[in-house]
Amino acid sequence: MGLLSVAIWLPIVAGAVLLALGRDEQAGVVRWIALVAALAAFLVTVPLITGFDTATAAMQFQEDLSWISRFNVRYRLGVDGLSVWFVLLTAFITVIVVIAGWEVITRRVNQYMGAFLILSGLMVGVFSALDGLLFYVFFEATLIPMYIIIGVWGGPKRVYAAFKFFLYTLLGSLLMLVALIYLYIKSGGSFDILTWHKLPIPLHAQVLLFFAFFAAFSVKVPMWPVHTWLPDAHVEAPTGGSVVLAAIMLKLGAYGFLRFSMPITPDASREWAAFVIALSLIAVIYIGLVALVQQDMKKLVAYSSIAHMGFVTLGFFVFNDLGVSGGIVQMISHGFVSGAMFLCIGVLYDRVHSRQIADYGGVVNTMPKFTTFAVLFAMANCGLPGTAGFVGEWMVILGTVKANFWLAALAATALIFGAAYTLWMVKRVYFGAVGNRHVGELADINSREFLMLAVLALAVLWMGVYPKPFTDVMQVSVSELLKHVAVSKIN
Amino acid sequence: MNDMNWIVIYPEILLLAMACLITLVDLWVRDPQRRPTLWLTQATLAAVGLWHLSYFDGGATAYGMQAMVVADPLGHLLAFFAAVAMMVSIAYAQPYLASRDMLKGEYFTLSLFVYLGISVMVSANNFLVVYLGLELMSLSLYALTAMRRDHAVATEAAMKYFVLGALASGFLLYGLSMMYGATGSLELGEVFKAIATGRINREVLTFGVVFVVAGLAFKLGVVPFHMWVPDVYQGAPTAITLLIGGAPKLAAFAMAIRLLVDGMSGLAVDWQQMFIVLAVASLVVGNFAAIAQTNLKRMLAYSTIAQMGFVLLGLSAGVVGGNTFSAGNAYSSAMFYVVAYVLTTLGTFGLILYLSSQGFESEEIADLAGLAQRSPWVAGVMTVFMFSLAGVPPLVGFYAKLAVLQALVSTNQAGYLWLAVVAVLMSLVGAYYYLRIVKVMYFDEPARSESLLRGRGVGALLAINGAAVLVFGLLPGGLMNLCRDAIVKALAS
Repeated sequence: MGLLSVAIWLPIVAGAVLLALGRDEQAGVVRWIALVAALAAFLVTVPLITGFDTATAAMQFQEDLSWISRFNVRYRLGVDGLSVWFVLLTAFITVIVVIAGWEVITRRVNQYMGAFLILSGLMVGVFSALDGLLFYVFFEATLIPMYIIIGVWGGPKRVYAAFKFFLYTLLGSLLMLVALIYLYIKSGGSFDILTWHKLPIPLHAQVLLFFAFFAAFSVKVPMWPVHTWLPDAHVEAPTGGSVVLAAIMLKLGAYGFLRFSMPITPDASREWAAFVIALSLIAVIYIGLVALVQQDMKKLVAYSSIAHMGFVTLGFFVFNDLGVSGGIVQMISHGFVSGAMFLCIGVLYDRVHSRQIADYGGVVNTMPKFTTFAVLFAMANCGLPGTAGFVGEWMVILGTVKANFWLAALAATALIFGAAYTLWMVKRVYFGAVGNRHVGELADINSREFLMLAVLALAVLWMGVYPKPFTDVMQVSVSELLKHVAVSKIN
Repeated sequence: MNDMNWIVIYPEILLLAMACLITLVDLWVRDPQRRPTLWLTQATLAAVGLWHLSYFDGGATAYGMQAMVVADPLGHLLAFFAAVAMMVSIAYAQPYLASRDMLKGEYFTLSLFVYLGISVMVSANNFLVVYLGLELMSLSLYALTAMRRDHAVATEAAMKYFVLGALASGFLLYGLSMMYGATGSLELGEVFKAIATGRINREVLTFGVVFVVAGLAFKLGVVPFHMWVPDVYQGAPTAITLLIGGAPKLAAFAMAIRLLVDGMSGLAVDWQQMFIVLAVASLVVGNFAAIAQTNLKRMLAYSTIAQMGFVLLGLSAGVVGGNTFSAGNAYSSAMFYVVAYVLTTLGTFGLILYLSSQGFESEEIADLAGLAQRSPWVAGVMTVFMFSLAGVPPLVGFYAKLAVLQALVSTNQAGYLWLAVVAVLMSLVGAYYYLRIVKVMYFDEPARSESLLRGRGVGALLAINGAAVLVFGLLPGGLMNLCRDAIVKALAS
């Protein structure tokens, strides 16, 4: 069994064991088992990056077994520069999520921890699957634990949010399933993604395939106008659910563009790039404005996520090195930053049980340590140089300038909106005089909360100051991808 | 061809003998749980099922009773699956029936006759034998539905089932007589050859096939011949609903293969068109109507209608442009779908039985509220069934849908591609009401707080059933290959 298999199945098996055997009376044991499993799963992924060969765009750490011989489906795993960081990010965020739910979740602890561990393994599977059907199975299976997480531990409108989340994403991915089957037939009976990359396809079929993939991935990213499930899901989900949604699940969609849409249907991608760019810019600008007027902190960060993901898709579809690398860097940094932002909201919510901005004010007076972290993450969210948020946005804007100056100018307004809505929220929540009695009684973060925020803060700063390890890994893969996309597949 | 070749029907003879014997033995059984009868019945089914399985391994095709019946791998495999389905149904049903004073010897005898009918149908090679098997199965099922004599709803359901079923049988018989008139033979192989000559009046054949398909559609319960399904599913005692919804679906599939593929493959253009219309109508009506239901059994009935639509889609992709190249692929996908469906349905109704065996009927969806807190295991198993029916990976229902969609797309025709898109969108609609069950179990608060009593054997069987749905989802390859081998061999002969 290879490293990737261990990274996938270790958390899934641990989660299944917790589901089967855990009881609420032994919540303490359950938590520790979950933490140990999450940490072990994270440690397993570390050799993936230390042993990664940055000189090649080929798949590494490959595994290949026959799975369903009837349809020639293979259990084929592997990572390249585009995906390897997401495997680590997933395992890392899972550790954080387990810590974040430590004292907060008291009801059905084993189901909560089990769901997150299983979800984590499934998402690693999505990032490392090299077989189309295997990818689909992992991609779809993630819906089940997330549906349960939102529905069981969510807020008052959790049922509505859970259904919306499930049905929206299912709609997109079912159309992708038809596309996958079509490719299977066209390629003469293979579900191998790398084989599909080389498959010549006429333009009209490419366009249909492109839109089938687009349906699945744009909903997941999410892009305007199919983003409406995200604010609901984020607001109602428990803190851990929001963190995983923002930090990783949204990336499944963006990753799909890189692995499926662009290399399999390059001509259609170029043909419809303007369309995708237009939607991305609407997300960046319009959703940025929408974020400005939000009263609910979680909603604000949710809209800010959509705007940031708009940058990612924008970067991908300008088709140059800086744009695509910038998009991937943005995905990783957004994983840290948005995750941290949701954790901060969670910290406040656990104490005051409100997410309304109006219910806060002057938190810095009672929670100075916490506010330091919160402001740092807010700055990263605005894209302040020296933090993770800056690197990706800057690269995407540079890449866009190469393609078209005016597009870049429009995209750059996002930095202004981003700063506006983030800083305005920071001002209203953290600074000023103590807003009310509840804020006056707040206790600062305990060592558990300090630990998880500090780890994320280090990651955000490290990525902002020294992004080279991230960009080095993806460089070769990105330029190979662009070379591939530049060649027409119409014959 | 013309010899009796008794060995082909040895399993059926054993079955018949045992059914008679069990009827007699039961007269002396005093035990209210009827254990001796139960174990004799189960042993008979197991023996017959294994017998069929051992024939399947042989893989040869043989004709018996002067070519009235055929013993081929397809028949053996379906008979084996049906035997397993019957055994599971009886095991689930026994505590439920016993606690309601409905566990009479007739239940076992009639169940064995249902299975006898199924096993005659799956190995029929003659129009009349198909009809005989069908009637044997149906009449036994009517009687079982009416078993709760003093219950108005059950009696009404039985009445409806009987009248509509008899009508459907009439349709079928009428269509078959047309075919006989046109081709001059009742034997499937001869009919096939006669049609292939192309010298037969096409109008008579088409006329006949319309009636055959209508009769078949009744038995499968697809729109617009579906009216009986919700009423019978809801009205029949749940233990009988389980029996109706399980093994007979395998028989209906076998009947479609025997009559339409083995006999009338030459008319595929005609019946495939009808199947496509029936399938799309079933997907739309079944899925949308299921959303509105509050009764769990009724919801599952509509869901069955929609699921049968998928089976028809698989059957309708066999002959493309007069070319039977993709037939093996299409029919084996439909067969895999039926098998996966039966596996999941058995579990679903078994679970309802399990819940209600504690003394209260859990027929309403609302009765499941908060089940996850009262009994996490049972809720978990039910979740597996629901997601499987909704077609979410990694459960067996997903691969069933995948196989059918794959059969549609592989025809390489734009029309079939759009059909696949329609099917996919309808399964999205379907996902809604399956999800609602999960929602009720996990998100709602229970109306009663005490945890469920633990049934010993049935609970374990349910867990195994759930595990099977999951394991065949993780490793569906073996079951898929079995279905393909059976179909390919049946088509080759």
